[in-house]
Amino acid sequence: MRQRVVVIGGGGTGAALAHDLTLRGLAVTVLERGELTSGTTGRHHGLLHSGGRYAMTDRQSAVECVQENRILRRIAPGSFENGGGLFVAVTDDDADQRDEFVDACAESGIPTRLLSRSAALDAEPGLSPDVRLAVQVPDATMDAMRLPLRFFATAQRGGAVLRPFTEAVTFVSNGRSITAVVARDHMAGRNVAVPADLVINAAGPWSGRVAAMAGAEVPIRPSPGVLVAVTGRWCTHVVNRLHKPGDGDIVLPQRGLSVVGTSSWTVDDPDEVRVSSEHVRAILREGMRLVPAVGAASMRAAWAAVRPLIGATGSDASGRTLSRTFRCFDHAADGGADNLITITGGKATTLRSMAEATADIACAKLGVTTPCRTRDAVLLPHTAYYTSAEVGA
Amino acid sequence: MNETTDGEAAIRVTVYRRRAGDTDPHYDDFDVPYRPGMTVLDILMSIRSHQDAELTFRHSCLHASCGTCGMRVNRRERLACVTPAGAPGDQVLIEPLAGAEVRSDLVVDMRPFYESLDAVGRPLLRGDEHNHDGHRLEDCIECSLCTSACPVTATDGRYAGPAVLAATERVLREPRGHDAAAVLERADREQGAWRCHLALECSQVCPAGVDPAGAIMRLRRDLLRRHLALHVHRARNGRRS
Repeated sequence: MRQRVVVIGGGGTGAALAHDLTLRGLAVTVLERGELTSGTTGRHHGLLHSGGRYAMTDRQSAVECVQENRILRRIAPGSFENGGGLFVAVTDDDADQRDEFVDACAESGIPTRLLSRSAALDAEPGLSPDVRLAVQVPDATMDAMRLPLRFFATAQRGGAVLRPFTEAVTFVSNGRSITAVVARDHMAGRNVAVPADLVINAAGPWSGRVAAMAGAEVPIRPSPGVLVAVTGRWCTHVVNRLHKPGDGDIVLPQRGLSVVGTSSWTVDDPDEVRVSSEHVRAILREGMRLVPAVGAASMRAAWAAVRPLIGATGSDASGRTLSRTFRCFDHAADGGADNLITITGGKATTLRSMAEATADIACAKLGVTTPCRTRDAVLLPHTAYYTSAEVGA
Repeated sequence: MNETTDGEAAIRVTVYRRRAGDTDPHYDDFDVPYRPGMTVLDILMSIRSHQDAELTFRHSCLHASCGTCGMRVNRRERLACVTPAGAPGDQVLIEPLAGAEVRSDLVVDMRPFYESLDAVGRPLLRGDEHNHDGHRLEDCIECSLCTSACPVTATDGRYAGPAVLAATERVLREPRGHDAAAVLERADREQGAWRCHLALECSQVCPAGVDPAGAIMRLRRDLLRRHLALHVHRARNGRRS
């Protein structure tokens, strides 16, 4: 019988894990308390990072991003708006960072092209007249829900069982080993027990709660950011501010909208996050410095997404200095359960590599030697998630 | 004015409920604490967090870009994430989209909708007038509000419906490798572009500016031209023979 892996969390990481583990021959069930991608994943701004955003401050994340950017374009053709990205200097201080930025990109493997003020304005007429110079990078944009759905669709076609609206509530254990996950099926209003040889906690900012079900701890810092969408597509590139990451320093096009992001702070409960009007105003004020039209456009939505950053409680209150890279925790080593792994941190662009690293650990624990195949397996279209579903199972 | 038991200003919400397997729906009332700027989706999340964890509804992006949180709010098709909840004392009725099978509460089965969209095969990306090298995502977010609002789909499940016809028109304008003639052929049927009654509800409720009704009218124009050209061709051939 195939060994059974239960993945808790139906976001991008859970999607990529379901796909990876299914390709390695395991029987995968994904439990998600709401709709798939309804936690953090679906709410992100849709940036496919070139890595440029982290090149100066977080080299490891930058390298992960540029590598995964290339892989995702190969395995998910037709999913990305290839408008490219610009890092734009709008002050002399920004312009002074040009060489450091270009060097950091080169060291991270991120290709760049330097644009003069006039070349930048030709390439992106939506830019502020204050622009001093710009550096072009291979940023792209995606649909934050539909890219993960392609992983889910492909996993489902391969036999993975996806259970949205099914919330993990307790573990059934035999000694230090979890044997099943008891979950509440909110659609039917009853509990189900899902047998498990291994459990992977991919609950993002909620992963602390899931780990606690096994008596384990993960150093997770739920770190919300506010995003604002305005009506109108006011730029065709992803427009980033050429400085160290801060509030309101990215504007990107998304269908008929422009999205401006973001702010960053830390909270204890990822379910209780309010969008403050101060954050919205600050983000638009900063966004206008890059693409002035977003300040005059009508607001479509303001919302918060909670990043699952890694850091001890009490560390950096803004979350800005916490790394965007990811970590796997094998709870056999920390007194939790012998067959529980937590994957957390990371970002949408690195969903596949996060899954690969986690699946490698999972397979080592289960004695499975099949190598990862997700670097080359082309994903089904997102519509296949719906059309290949066994509704009412 | 409604209040919660703690005396806070509240919005009275009536929500359609049906568990998977239940034959009949019922409605539940909730008093939800009011916050300035709150949306209908905020209301539903508040109910799930504080009053009833079993309430099921779909959502993802929170900014009208994914199309998952379509529902009927006070009997009108809306995306819950960008629909204001109203003011303290208001009453809000929340029901699932029409014309689709309810799986539970506000969650409807999207499979038939996606199967009909897949039959057209419109790609997710389109050309961009400003950037000919690149592509941008199609405007349609596949929310199916138009299908729910259309009075024809409400009475006749065989009708292709506004979303599918709008997708058809996009393939004609930009085939992107598709066989436009075959796609147009499918729209040239009684249950295709000709079935629309011009109620225009689809374009009224569309949250993404797609204008399905306009697309259906352009399809009819294309079809009429084709039929007329064929007619003229046959008439000329007839004269020669």
